[in-house]
Amino acid sequence: MSNNKLYLYPVWLRIWHGINALGIILLGITGLSMQYTNMESPLLKFSSAVSIHNLVGIILMISYFFFFITNIIKNNIKHYRISLNGLVNRLMKQGKYYVFDYLKGNPKPFHISEEEKFNPLQQISYVGAMYILVPIVIITGIALLYPGMIIEKIYSFSGIRLTTFLHSLAGFFILIFLIIHLYVITIGQHPLRNFKSIITGYHEAE
Amino acid sequence: MTTRLSPFLFFLFLFVSQAIILQAQDEEAIMPESNHVCLKCHGHKYYSFFNEYKDLTERKLMNPYFVIDSVSYLQGEHKGHSCTDCHSSDYENYPHIADLKIQPKMTCVDCHDFEVIATEVKKSVHVEAFGEFFHCELCHDPHSNKLVKSDMAELVLYNNNRCLNCHNDADKYQVFTSHENPQLLSTHDWLPNQALHFTRVRCIECHTSVTDTSDAVHHILPKEQAVHNCNECHSENSLLRDKLYKHQLKQDRSEFNFYNSFILNDAYVIGANRNYYVNLISLIIFGCTLFGIIIHVILRIIKRK
Ligand code: HEC
Ligand code: HEC
Ligand code: HEC
Ligand code: HEC
Ligand code: HEC
Ligand code: HEC
Ligand code: HEC
Ligand code: HEM
Repeated sequence: MSNNKLYLYPVWLRIWHGINALGIILLGITGLSMQYTNMESPLLKFSSAVSIHNLVGIILMISYFFFFITNIIKNNIKHYRISLNGLVNRLMKQGKYYVFDYLKGNPKPFHISEEEKFNPLQQISYVGAMYILVPIVIITGIALLYPGMIIEKIYSFSGIRLTTFLHSLAGFFILIFLIIHLYVITIGQHPLRNFKSIITGYHEAE
Repeated sequence: MTTRLSPFLFFLFLFVSQAIILQAQDEEAIMPESNHVCLKCHGHKYYSFFNEYKDLTERKLMNPYFVIDSVSYLQGEHKGHSCTDCHSSDYENYPHIADLKIQPKMTCVDCHDFEVIATEVKKSVHVEAFGEFFHCELCHDPHSNKLVKSDMAELVLYNNNRCLNCHNDADKYQVFTSHENPQLLSTHDWLPNQALHFTRVRCIECHTSVTDTSDAVHHILPKEQAVHNCNECHSENSLLRDKLYKHQLKQDRSEFNFYNSFILNDAYVIGANRNYYVNLISLIIFGCTLFGIIIHVILRIIKRK
């Protein structure tokens, strides 16, 4: 068995991932609580929600920059380069696997290796989350922290309003990503196997 | 080519026509002729007069609090008035007669019927502390007072200056009391994004009663009763509805189904501006995700057998 183990998640990645996961969950809770705050039964006190959200947001921004740079330095970014060649085909294949083949017990269409640790669906969702959604949230988040930077009016709309809208929209999709991410990870030989990987760093290939 | 230029030309046209309209409005107001007598001296930092004793013309500094800015005078409600409508015509002579200094001046309620407001003012912390000595003109400079209605940013700035020109000016403040004026930046540091809040809401939003509406903006409450709870504004039934945005509320047609949409053109108040459709769509997406997962789980359990 031991020679079947792949070392896929180095220490820096695991530390970043841990901080990130915790942070996103906190941001989600405080963010939703702010959005749906009300007088009678606030989920959290509005002012505490704001302070926690701001603090965690800043920590997460730093941690994102760490991820962004280290990902390049350690060349983990190679896993994030989407090759367009037959992309749709590969996505369909993997999708078909999750919906039909996996349930029937058929084998996986793509095999994990140290060269290609993500399957096509994983890859596209990780790129979407890490290089589109999270940057949008960070940029709009900084702007909301220093509203002086925001253009007052875009036509007749308030600039802050558009910024906030973009911020909550991207935040919402990150939460959707998180839910799917959490579930897809349980797909495998054993539901908890992948969770072990992101803590120990080793992936047990079948 | 023309199609690409036309939006640009359109905006240019808008800009120019706006500029012309603004120009025209400015030109409409003309200072009443008789006021030039007074503004010769009160319109400038310096004034000069012929001193008959010394037989020469003297030039002196005008007390800065006695300078009347003619630009803001012409924007004010009383732009059509002569100075002598409210001030004794004896002021035309210089030096002014000593007795004028202590004669009562015309005040707002001498010409207008502001009884409701006057009774509210009497209940405010200021009048409680200083009596009638705290008069309307301290907040409503008769030489420039106006009601800003259209532009929300300007409205807030203008109204907060009514309070700040005294609360941020130690000299003016200490005409009334010997203690230092509290530093507003630090007394309000519990409010995050303070600079933003102070340009988006008026002081009176928090310093008058939550339930009272328009007329009661004059009933400034003791600081212990000021609004401290963020949810007074950051919630669906935001107090901003009855106060700051009362004019907008009248024309609110609930566009796009935003709660409190009348605020939206000027600000986005977290918690107060939720959109019904956005909420619905998020719920649907969220529901579909969960539904897909649950189906998959069920199939997994069945197939494992
Ligand atoms: C030659 C310059 C001059 C002219 C003209 C003049 N003033 Fe004055 N005014 C002064 C000065 C200087 C003071 C400062 C107090 C003083 O010296 O009496 C003053 C003071 C005042 C005050 C404040 C008095 C107080 O202490 O409460 C009023 C009100 C006033 N002027 C109104 C007018 C009006 C109205 C006119 C025009 C009808 C006018 N003045 C014309 C120079 C002038
Ligand atoms: C609508 C009435 C009104 C008009 C018009 C008016 N004033 Fe006054 N003015 C007042 C009142 C009331 C005060 C006293 C303000 C106070 O006590 O705070 C005053 C005060 C002043 C003072 C003394 C400033 C002070 O703070 O005590 C000067 C100087 C003055 N006016 C000059 C003028 C001049 C010059 C004009 C014309 C360009 C003019 N006023 C037009 C009502 C008026
Ligand atoms: C000398 C009498 C006089 C005094 C004193 C006076 N006003 Fe006026 N005010 C008028 C007149 C007359 C008008 C109408 C002006 C016009 O339509 O051009 C007016 C207009 C106004 C308006 C605009 C009303 C409207 O419907 O457009 C407001 C608000 C106002 N005054 C408030 C005040 C306040 C506040 C004070 C005290 C600082 C004050 N006035 C002192 C005579 C006075
Ligand atoms: C502590 C400051 C303060 C004092 C003192 C004060 N006001 Fe006001 N007043 C305000 C503010 C702030 C507003 C709100 C203006 C707005 O809605 O844009 C206002 C509004 C008004 C309006 C317009 C109301 C409307 O919505 O049409 C009138 C008229 C007025 N005040 C008259 C008076 C009179 C008369 C007195 C004296 C008896 C007085 N004010 C004393 C601060 C003050
Ligand atoms: C978001 C609500 C809010 C706004 C906006 C606001 N205040 Fe306050 N203000 C408060 C509260 C709450 C307190 C009481 C703070 C405390 O006692 O800790 C207070 C306290 C004060 C005090 C008493 C300070 C002291 O220590 O004695 C003054 C004066 C004051 N505010 C003036 C203003 C002025 C002027 C403005 C507008 C520029 C303003 N406030 C805007 C909520 C507000
Ligand atoms: C001409 C000066 C002046 C103006 C204008 C003024 N204030 Fe004040 N204000 C004072 C003074 C002086 C005190 C101190 C009262 C005391 O010592 O009891 C005070 C006290 C206060 C307090 C604290 C009351 C407390 O419980 O200690 C509040 C709140 C306040 N002002 C709000 C406002 C607001 C809001 C406005 C504008 C709408 C305003 N003030 C306009 C002079 C002013
Ligand atoms: C008097 C009403 C009022 C009260 C009370 C109030 N706010 Fe606000 N707040 C606003 C308004 C209006 C805006 C919208 C500013 C904009 O979009 O231009 C805002 C915006 C904000 C923002 C967004 C800043 C950004 O960058 O967009 C935060 C965060 C916030 N408030 C936190 C709080 C907290 C925490 C409290 C309580 C301690 C509080 N507010 C109390 C009116 C209020
Ligand atoms: C409690 C929350 C989370 C848990 C338990 C979790 C778990 C895991 C696991 C087990 C893996 C490895 C398996 C795989 O590659 O598919 C993984 C990888 C990954 N996760 Fe998460 N995750 C969580 C939250 C998040 C969040 C919030 C994000 C981003 C917004 C995220 C982004 C990623 C990325 C980018 C990878 C791939 C890392 C790489 O190898 O380069 N995760 N996660």
